[in-house]
Amino acid sequence: MDAYAIADAEIVLEVLQVEGGMNQKIFRAKDFYAGLIFIFFGVLALWEGRHYGMGTASRMGPGYLPNVLGAILILLGLIISGRSLWLGSETIKPGAFHPLVLVTLAALAFTFLIQPLGLVLATLALVGISSIGSGEFRLRETVLLYLVLAVLAAGLFVYLLKIPLRVWP
Amino acid sequence: MTDIIHNLTLGFGVALKPLYLLYCLLGCLLGTLVGVLPGIGALATIAMLLPVTFNLPPEAALIMLAGIYYGAQYGGSTTSILVNIPGEVASVVTCIEGYQMARQGRAGPALGIAALGSFFAGSVATFIIVLFGPPLTEVALRFGQAEYFSLMLLGLVGAVVLAHGSLLKAFAMVFLGLLFGLVGTDIYTGITRYNFGMRELFDGIGFVPPAIGLFGFAEIIANMELKETVNVFTTKVQKLMPTREDFQASWKAILRGTAVGSFLGILPGGGALLSSFVAYTVEKKLAVDPSRFGKGAIEGVAGPEAANNAGAQTSFIPMLTLGIPGNAVMALMVGAMMIQGITPGPRVMIERPELFWGLIASMWVGNLMLVVLNLPMIGIWTRLLTIPYRFLFPAILLFCCIGTYSVNNSTFDVLMAVGFGLLGYLFRKLDCEPAPLILGFILGPMMEENLRRTMLLSRGDPTVFLTRPISLGILLVAVFLLLLTVLPVIRRTRGVVFKE
Repeated sequence: MDAYAIADAEIVLEVLQVEGGMNQKIFRAKDFYAGLIFIFFGVLALWEGRHYGMGTASRMGPGYLPNVLGAILILLGLIISGRSLWLGSETIKPGAFHPLVLVTLAALAFTFLIQPLGLVLATLALVGISSIGSGEFRLRETVLLYLVLAVLAAGLFVYLLKIPLRVWP
Repeated sequence: MTDIIHNLTLGFGVALKPLYLLYCLLGCLLGTLVGVLPGIGALATIAMLLPVTFNLPPEAALIMLAGIYYGAQYGGSTTSILVNIPGEVASVVTCIEGYQMARQGRAGPALGIAALGSFFAGSVATFIIVLFGPPLTEVALRFGQAEYFSLMLLGLVGAVVLAHGSLLKAFAMVFLGLLFGLVGTDIYTGITRYNFGMRELFDGIGFVPPAIGLFGFAEIIANMELKETVNVFTTKVQKLMPTREDFQASWKAILRGTAVGSFLGILPGGGALLSSFVAYTVEKKLAVDPSRFGKGAIEGVAGPEAANNAGAQTSFIPMLTLGIPGNAVMALMVGAMMIQGITPGPRVMIERPELFWGLIASMWVGNLMLVVLNLPMIGIWTRLLTIPYRFLFPAILLFCCIGTYSVNNSTFDVLMAVGFGLLGYLFRKLDCEPAPLILGFILGPMMEENLRRTMLLSRGDPTVFLTRPISLGILLVAVFLLLLTVLPVIRRTRGVVFKE
């Protein structure tokens, strides 16, 4: 192996390192992802809106504004993402995955149970999942919280405000 | 003058009816409650209660929802002063001086001056609405579609300019909101847009799922991440009455705060939040001895507290007279009116004077109730702060779910709210503020209709927005607002104001 090859390899390595560093930064840059989200919605708007009919300026069709908005969103998204590549951007703070799943699960359980099983049991599912998942589960506390919330929810919404919800299974 | 007295008599006649007094009290109580509790704000509460208001008379509904908004300004200051955690975004600055006062054992006077300053500001703001409501309505009646479109554009520009952080991202959020607003059947052609094969989307996305998702669910998730331990000043709050020196130090600050808040509340995008920030900056600039700031200067509590309450109330002016919401809370108030079958706009004052004046009079009544609720009952509210979040979040989550579900008894709505919650959490992580999105979402359909009608009448000539003088004037204000943000001086203060 001659000296040139070694030098080449070093340069390649250096470039790789730099790229690696930059990639890591990009992968955690707030604005880069924010831009991507806007581009995503913009593309979605244009794709779904391609058959809506643009019309003319004097007689705007149903597709006129959606397509214009979609195009603007893509443009803004590109600028926002692009700027983050050149100028950098704050990095995303790692979030806890746990609360995200917990809140989603509890809400979903409630929603799918209220129709077939009624408010009282759906509330049980919501409170149960929230309490067990919160990492500070104490049975007596949870039962008490459930009773208070179930009575409050049924009393307030169904009996006082007369919102037609199924209470019992 | 006789008109004013006549209108006020009419208003108080409505607001003092026992039923409406009850709803006013309920709104103020709820507002104080959510203001005190961190992790749930006026916006999410109003969104949660929107479906409930469907069964109420329109006066009761609006009086209660308004009470929540300004009630939360009172409650928020309590948490700021005693725990150094803003219960509401608008009381962030109150933390700075208020908490220092509490540490020096002067929590009582801080709370006292906050409540009295808020009451004074609220009374003045109510009077300003009475004064400016009718003339603005008269102007608004002469508006055509072009003017309305320009006005909504101004509203959106205002929301963007006054949002925190990056302008570009705020703009993108507005456009995304507008796009969400266009989902559903197009009224001119009957074509369904962006329903993705889902029957539930034929009528478009309701107000409630995005509001609950972005400001309820996303907020809960973000709060659970924080897991901060709360340190309440358990030492009994004594002597709420500020001393003579306190009054001397703060009466000017209260006057200035009221002026700042009343003015900024009317601006599109303005409201309680901006008012309190600006008022604090003003007090710090005008202080004889600025070094006292940050160490418990009572003016730093009095000014912003007066300002946020004044701003909360005057932000009703554009909503009530023009039908155009200046901030996200007002956007939901528009939603509440539409649920009742009332089209917000200048005709409300003419066709439903009892609603218009009743609501305004109720604000003054509500402010009076809030002083009573907050000062002698302060002990109860502070005890609420000791409730751990593991009890609070299931309760908030439950009420969010019930609120969303009960609009149409629809599982789909809750699913949509969960979806918006996840999106909102993502946006929060990426520093994209959700308020401009909600505003765009509410204004989207109205803007499209006005734009299409204007362009139809002008035969496709877009210069119509510039040749009509009122429309041109409004657009110039919008351009001016935009230019302001580009100026380096403003840019810097904007950064500072929202960083603190």
